[in-house]
Amino acid sequence: MKNVLILGATSDMAQAIAKKYAAEGWSLSLAARNLELLEPVASDLRIRSKAEVQALEFDAVDFASHCGFYDSLEPKPDAVICVFGYMGDQLEARTDFDEVRRTIDVNYTGAVSILNIVASDFEKRGSGAIAGISSVAGDRGRQSNYIYGSAKAGFTAYLAGLRNRLAKKGVHVMTVKPGFCRTKMTENLELPAALTAEPEQVADAVFQGLEKKRDTVYSLWMWRWVMLIIRHIPEVVFKRLGM
Amino acid sequence: MRKISDWGNYPVIDAEVAGFDTAEQLREKLARPGEVIAFGNGRSYGDASLQESMLLTRRFNKFLSFDEATGELCCQAGTLLSEILEVFAPRGWFLPVTPGTKFITIGGAIAADVHGKNHHVDGSFGQHVRSMDVMRNDGSVITCTPTENSDFFSVTVGGMGLTGVILNATFRLRKIETAYIREETIRAENLDDIMDGFEASNDWTYSVAWIDCLAKGDALGRSIMMRGEHATATELVDASHKQSPLVPKRGLQLDVPFVFPNFALNPLTMKAFNFVYYNKCRPGTHKRMVDYNSFFYPLDAIGNWNRIYGKRGFTQYQFVIPKEAGREGMRKILTRITESGLGSFLAVLKLFGEQESFMSFPMTGYTLALDFPISLKAMDLFKELDAMVADYGGRLYLAKDSRMSAAMFEKTYPNADAFRQAIAMLNKGETKFGSLQSKRIGITD
Repeated sequence: MKNVLILGATSDMAQAIAKKYAAEGWSLSLAARNLELLEPVASDLRIRSKAEVQALEFDAVDFASHCGFYDSLEPKPDAVICVFGYMGDQLEARTDFDEVRRTIDVNYTGAVSILNIVASDFEKRGSGAIAGISSVAGDRGRQSNYIYGSAKAGFTAYLAGLRNRLAKKGVHVMTVKPGFCRTKMTENLELPAALTAEPEQVADAVFQGLEKKRDTVYSLWMWRWVMLIIRHIPEVVFKRLGM
Repeated sequence: MRKISDWGNYPVIDAEVAGFDTAEQLREKLARPGEVIAFGNGRSYGDASLQESMLLTRRFNKFLSFDEATGELCCQAGTLLSEILEVFAPRGWFLPVTPGTKFITIGGAIAADVHGKNHHVDGSFGQHVRSMDVMRNDGSVITCTPTENSDFFSVTVGGMGLTGVILNATFRLRKIETAYIREETIRAENLDDIMDGFEASNDWTYSVAWIDCLAKGDALGRSIMMRGEHATATELVDASHKQSPLVPKRGLQLDVPFVFPNFALNPLTMKAFNFVYYNKCRPGTHKRMVDYNSFFYPLDAIGNWNRIYGKRGFTQYQFVIPKEAGREGMRKILTRITESGLGSFLAVLKLFGEQESFMSFPMTGYTLALDFPISLKAMDLFKELDAMVADYGGRLYLAKDSRMSAAMFEKTYPNADAFRQAIAMLNKGETKFGSLQSKRIGITD
């Protein structure tokens, strides 16, 4: 039976991904900071799917713990999906460096720290798949969320580099840019319905994408075109837009 | 702040709403002083789960344990009945009791102590609950069962969320061999006919009748009785049913995409609907095999059906009167309703079995549930009906109510006073549980 490790497993997106993998017959290693939140998620998946599910404690910003965490995994995963993220308050982040630091540490440093460890193991084994949930916010800096966006841009670039490094080693790396998604993180935002994916759609995109060894996937097809346009607006025009 | 209402779209209020994923998060929310009430999936009809500050339970919806041998399930209280059916019906398990919609939470099912078409055999939902954990206003968690902390248990079942927030509940699912119901449909020409029909159907597990509340004179009370049993594997005939006996084909799912204008439902359109619906069923008994969704949840197939009642919203007037008063009482009340010409096409009649509980709605007798678009005329009619219901020793269903007076509640719920005192005692402290309804009918101040 194949095993998937889901990092940041309590988010809505991660839960949907876990459900998808369980339904496809994988065993699950779920990792998250808050075990009180994670345990019911794990029992729920066990009952729904009869899948083997482990609940593990993992803190993305406790970098020193990452090696020990990965070493203790049994079984070692066939696929790793890095879902955790932190969208801070952009206005607060302008003046509060702790907020900036947290945004960068969770979305970039933490992800790089754990995925480096995973990548080395996969490279040695000559197999495995890695998916990182990045963001369309990383495709171009906008005044409304460029701290989060720049951390995700860094993560996107990291994943691209990792993909390049591991492509000839039998290890596949996929970048996921969900676009808007209806989750806890966005429950207070007014989102355009046509561009907003349900967590289940992201989960399907992740699972199918890894199966077909895609490099970059968006949850809804429109996003590829939306972001293509946004990326190509000349900077002289872009900088004047209220985005 | 956001606009929110229950299923009847009346009343609509501005409320501060907050969800929670863990007991700890809920405890933090309860640490703030003020009045709060838990809100599940918004399928009660009136204002029983409305309040300026509301705790949304839908995110708290995980399965915690399941025993394959006994069917005993423990789940968090925000779990929908539909989520349970989706997972367990294909494995041969069904709900012990279900109302006419599967889109309600377990917490709501307990707080309103809901009933279904099998009440005369299996009682209400609360009677199947073996244990539950409830968070009190001070953040403490109390585990209660019919024998342990039994007083708290009996006030919480049917307690309309006023004792605390139900965190999780344990109950047993019912074993089924197929997802199909062996159904019999019988046309009844008038009220006597349908009441005889209920008496004759006592040994059926499920029984209910759709009643034409616009028919007058000799046809007063003309109805279509539906009764059913879970079909066994050997009873299935259709090849398509036999192929996957526990997983029925998905039916057609419709949606009402916008709020209808208020005039869409008028006496003419409703009469036409009732005529067609009644005459579609020919005289005599008709047998067929239907999947559980068609039998239990016909309206769930039409998303947002509440929108057909227009912007003003609607209320469902559901009362019960004791069986002794049944025939005469129901005749008088029905006559008054048909005279008014205000009722709509969604009217349901059922004979309840016995029930001994502290605050729950059911009692041995006849219950009638009928939708009314909100209007001043309807409000006046309800007052008249209230008086009749009270005189016959009956009462109204709190889960459907948005307008009953405190005096009516006091008069018709025998434990009203004891309930008020119990809630006052439990709600000592800065945080109190209370809803617009509990205030209106005088349970909380």
